[in-house]
Amino acid sequence: MNEARITSARIDRLGTLLVGIGALAFTVLPLIVFKANRILPGEPRALFDLLPGWGAAVLACTLTLAALAALFARDGRLRLLGALAGICALALALAQGADVLTPDGNRVVRIAPGAGFWITLVALGLLATDALTRLQPGPAARVLILGLALGAVLLALGSGRFDDLSIMREYAVNAGRFGQEARRHLQLAFGSLVAALAVALPLGVVCHRVPRLRAGVLGALNLVQTIPSIALFGILMAPLAALAVAFPALAALGVSGIGAAPAAIALFLYSLLPIVANTVVGLGRVSPAAVDAARGMGFTDAQVLRDVELPLALPAILTGIRIVLVQNIGMVTIAALIGGGGFGAFVFQGIGQTAIDLVLLGAIPTIVLAFAAAVVLDALTDLTRRVPR
Amino acid sequence: MIQIEKLCKQYGDNRVVVDVSMVIEPRTITTIVGTSGSGKSTLLRMINRLVEPTSGRVLIDGNDTMAEPAHLLRRRIGYAIQGLGLFPHRTVAENVATVPRLLGWTQDRIDARVDELLRLFQLEPAAYAAKFPHELSGGQQQRVGVARALAAKPNVLLMDEPFGALDPIIRAKAQEDLLGVQRKLGTTVILVTHDIDEAFRLGDRVAVMSQGRLLQHDRPEALITRPADPFVSQLIGAGDRSLKLLSLVNASSAAEPGAVEGPSVAATASLRDVLSELLWRGSTQANVLGEDGAIAGHVQLASILARGRSAS
Repeated sequence: MNEARITSARIDRLGTLLVGIGALAFTVLPLIVFKANRILPGEPRALFDLLPGWGAAVLACTLTLAALAALFARDGRLRLLGALAGICALALALAQGADVLTPDGNRVVRIAPGAGFWITLVALGLLATDALTRLQPGPAARVLILGLALGAVLLALGSGRFDDLSIMREYAVNAGRFGQEARRHLQLAFGSLVAALAVALPLGVVCHRVPRLRAGVLGALNLVQTIPSIALFGILMAPLAALAVAFPALAALGVSGIGAAPAAIALFLYSLLPIVANTVVGLGRVSPAAVDAARGMGFTDAQVLRDVELPLALPAILTGIRIVLVQNIGMVTIAALIGGGGFGAFVFQGIGQTAIDLVLLGAIPTIVLAFAAAVVLDALTDLTRRVPR
Repeated sequence: MIQIEKLCKQYGDNRVVVDVSMVIEPRTITTIVGTSGSGKSTLLRMINRLVEPTSGRVLIDGNDTMAEPAHLLRRRIGYAIQGLGLFPHRTVAENVATVPRLLGWTQDRIDARVDELLRLFQLEPAAYAAKFPHELSGGQQQRVGVARALAAKPNVLLMDEPFGALDPIIRAKAQEDLLGVQRKLGTTVILVTHDIDEAFRLGDRVAVMSQGRLLQHDRPEALITRPADPFVSQLIGAGDRSLKLLSLVNASSAAEPGAVEGPSVAATASLRDVLSELLWRGSTQANVLGEDGAIAGHVQLASILARGRSAS
């Protein structure tokens, strides 16, 4: 009994949960799905039957080792290695299965990952994230790891190994548009952020200096935040359309009731509150003694702001920027509804055609982009927070 | 010399500083003491115009402080406050270099000055220059704060409760350091405190403030022997005023020539310390040792007692 207690104490709790979920999904749910064309419902196929004998053995062994590492390993590096190896083996097995299932030269059938694949992948991904958290890499290391991971995924997708998968089929069909929508997505997300920064930073500084303004400004911006995005697009449609009609010069610049203009304006408005609020909070936390000393030593007001207040408030401001960027990257997707473009265009087109693969072609890059933005900005925030107050 | 003439500060109907006039001699330490809300900090902050006076004026070496923009005036006046206000995002060296940098000194001159000041405050530059304030102890941070205030060689140093956050032992050391540095540099120091003992210990002159008014501005012993106002006597405390008086006199300045039988005391010990030593030993006389450790003279219990007696 004593022995049992010791053993149970050694088993990792999160590891147990994730291995349980992953193993259940992997064994019970379909791993790979065959569809006769892109909109027909799929029929599950047994992935192991599609692999050569050694391939099945490698997949089974790798996933078992990953599970063992997740359950028993103390060393974060070992856990990470297990999870990454599991992800690679799973992805390669899927590619192999798709290759076998696709008749030569057939562009109509679609081979998609099944629910079991996705859940196992998520479990492995969470294991890898947890292992990374335990390793506590510094800000620069985290960005490097992100870069390596993205690079590896791009290399793998570019190798052609995965071209038989349904989502890559959709990509092949839409390759030209994909780059264009990606550019538009980034333009909308970052453009509205930059415009919001130009307005929100000064506004935050003014709200900090003039407490009487604070409640009013933050209240108004809060109100904007509560308007659902689709409603805001709708609200902007009429005035922008009227503007475009009244001033043809504006119309020539691309302003119209639908399209990128209302999307950019809506994103800009949503971006204001997090930046203003975090600027006010950050400036409010700057030590009054430091500001008094700075003034007492002969800093001008502008120098106090530039050399003392803003540097000390920077971590809080960056946190606001992170919120805005992640929020914008997600929200640009909705902009496709009013013709704003971006990855959302694939999502809504896919919904319209009941082509789930096309939805994924829009959704997955959006998620990856938001995740990458969060990692990079978190790293930046950490770098500026190196000096505690 | 700093001349404060009929200085007033009023917020609405609230008169914070009322008609204060005083002259501060160069190369001295003046302490301003009072309860909280007495207007002592406001008076100090009007000297470098962190608070603009409602009326009256301040002359520094004959020049009206209103004659130039406030930020230029402040760069010529040292400023150290409670809680220090060290910049947490800048290193010790960068903190000390703040005002020289504002004044546009060359990098070489700044580096040399920072080195000199850190050494003066017993902070070895190699070990401390690149550290951040949060990596220092409270006493070290305090020294950096004063070093920063003195960086551009100001003639005048304003200090607002600079030792308020220190524990008693470090506080005594910091006071000692300030006295040493002030003697060495000849800076005119104006220091605000609510601690009457600190005011007496540091001040060549002590100014007592209450409810915005300057009640008395004089040598410490004059405050004890000739208080100008009941509040001054109350602040000093009747109970140990004779001991306070004794604490203002060094053994060396009270010594008579010749060696005697009895314990030995240091020349820098106050008569209060000597009295305590005599009581402890049951002796009536003590030798005063010079800086070289040799007997420089002696003091008698009777003469100490005579000095502790009211002058009137």
